[in-house]
Amino acid sequence: MPEAISAQEATGGLSVRDLSFRYGAKTALDAVSLDVAPGCFCALLGPNGAGKSTLIALLTRLLVAPGGDIRIAGHDLRAAPRRALADLGVVFQQPTLDLNLTVRQNLAYFAALHGLPRAETPGRIDAALDRLGMRERADEKARALNGGHRRRMELARALLHDPKVLLLDEPTVGLDAAARQSITDHVHDLADQGLCVLWTTHLTDEVRDTDHLLVLHQGRILADGTTGEIRGDTPLSDWFLSKTSVQA
Amino acid sequence: MSGFWGVCRAIVGREFLRFIHQRERFLAALVRPLVWLLVFAAGFRAALGLSIIPPYQTYITYETYIVPGLCAMVLLFNGMQSSLSLVYDREMGSMRLLLTSPFPRWWLLFCRLLGSTAISILQVYTFLAIAALFGITMPPLGYVAVLPGLVLGGLMLGALGLVLSSFIRQLENFAGVMNFVIFPMFFLSSALYPLWRMTESSPLLRDICALNPFTHAVELIRFLLYLQINWIALLWVILSTLILGAIAVWGYDPARGLMKRKA
Repeated sequence: MPEAISAQEATGGLSVRDLSFRYGAKTALDAVSLDVAPGCFCALLGPNGAGKSTLIALLTRLLVAPGGDIRIAGHDLRAAPRRALADLGVVFQQPTLDLNLTVRQNLAYFAALHGLPRAETPGRIDAALDRLGMRERADEKARALNGGHRRRMELARALLHDPKVLLLDEPTVGLDAAARQSITDHVHDLADQGLCVLWTTHLTDEVRDTDHLLVLHQGRILADGTTGEIRGDTPLSDWFLSKTSVQA
Repeated sequence: MSGFWGVCRAIVGREFLRFIHQRERFLAALVRPLVWLLVFAAGFRAALGLSIIPPYQTYITYETYIVPGLCAMVLLFNGMQSSLSLVYDREMGSMRLLLTSPFPRWWLLFCRLLGSTAISILQVYTFLAIAALFGITMPPLGYVAVLPGLVLGGLMLGALGLVLSSFIRQLENFAGVMNFVIFPMFFLSSALYPLWRMTESSPLLRDICALNPFTHAVELIRFLLYLQINWIALLWVILSTLILGAIAVWGYDPARGLMKRKA
């Protein structure tokens, strides 16, 4: 894996080298390296406690690891954090909406946080909501939306500044089957349009055979490749259970 | 990257919108100093004799004496309230949204501080207006002159709130910490009694009061209300603000791992 770094860097995408992180004595991530190419939907599959959330916190610079490299769309997160963060869209696991504000106010707040010019903001918000079929809800309070719509709105928000890399941390937690399906499909479409997507989950049914699959277990990458090739003839859920339950 | 002011406007604006949605908070913040002013002070006016001390030029009532202290109290409680909402934001996740902005963290935190200070000042002026209705007035120009003092005091106490929020890991720990901050800060200050009265009972307590930055915020506000500048208080407040601000920025440094507990 590590030798492939230059191609990835030139084209953008996401690449991580030798990333380790410890909470005191407990190792959360152990020399993790991974690459996600632009236009690729990469599912990061791991049981609870595998280190997924720690990885997301490091990728979003909520935490900084003592060693290892993270490159987002070619920008080194350590050396040029602002440029790297400007190319990154994130949907966090926990909801991060102001429920008392309208959809539009929430999005405008985010646009300003990312330094988007004020004149462009309304047009971008409309476009982002249109893409997700939520334009007519723009002036409702976030509190009035159901869980699926709140998530869609967070996705719209994460795309507002045209990021090159999109991170989603267990984005379907707490959603019903229809909402899960719709958001999973939509993000696959985004990847087909050229976005680099890293999608963390512990649910195997969200992963397609053509997706890039990374399996994280106990802080290490257990498998890295195309889902169909990794699982062979075994259903992914069985394969995943057999790999991750042995040591657990 | 441009947009530094845009991001500031958005953060301050969000604070205002949140504030508008929390009318109970506004009322509570007003009732507290008014109870002190109209009940506590009324009861104490007989018990406490005040001599003429600067900036006052005549004998004053006790109610008049404690108005600046109560202004600072509004700032103090708001600073803590904002600290509480920062801890809440962190648990709820909207802090992540703020901190993954590509703007420098110190700037994001400063804007947040500015927003909560602006709201505090709004509350102080409302309090002063109600006090005036009850006949407790200051020189008219004093109401204007006090503004920079309120800004500085608000920033100092807001920065203290930021520092606390960066060290408090969980919402549940908040109440305990607050008791160890709000009450000592308020009672070991010149808000309720002039320091010379304190000397009579204990020189040690007086010294502690004189070191308490809150005392200096109170005195800065008191002197400005009477169109005078207490330079020592001014310096003390500026210095405290800078030190607390630096600790807050350090506390929120990602390498230190604010989110370490459960990232």
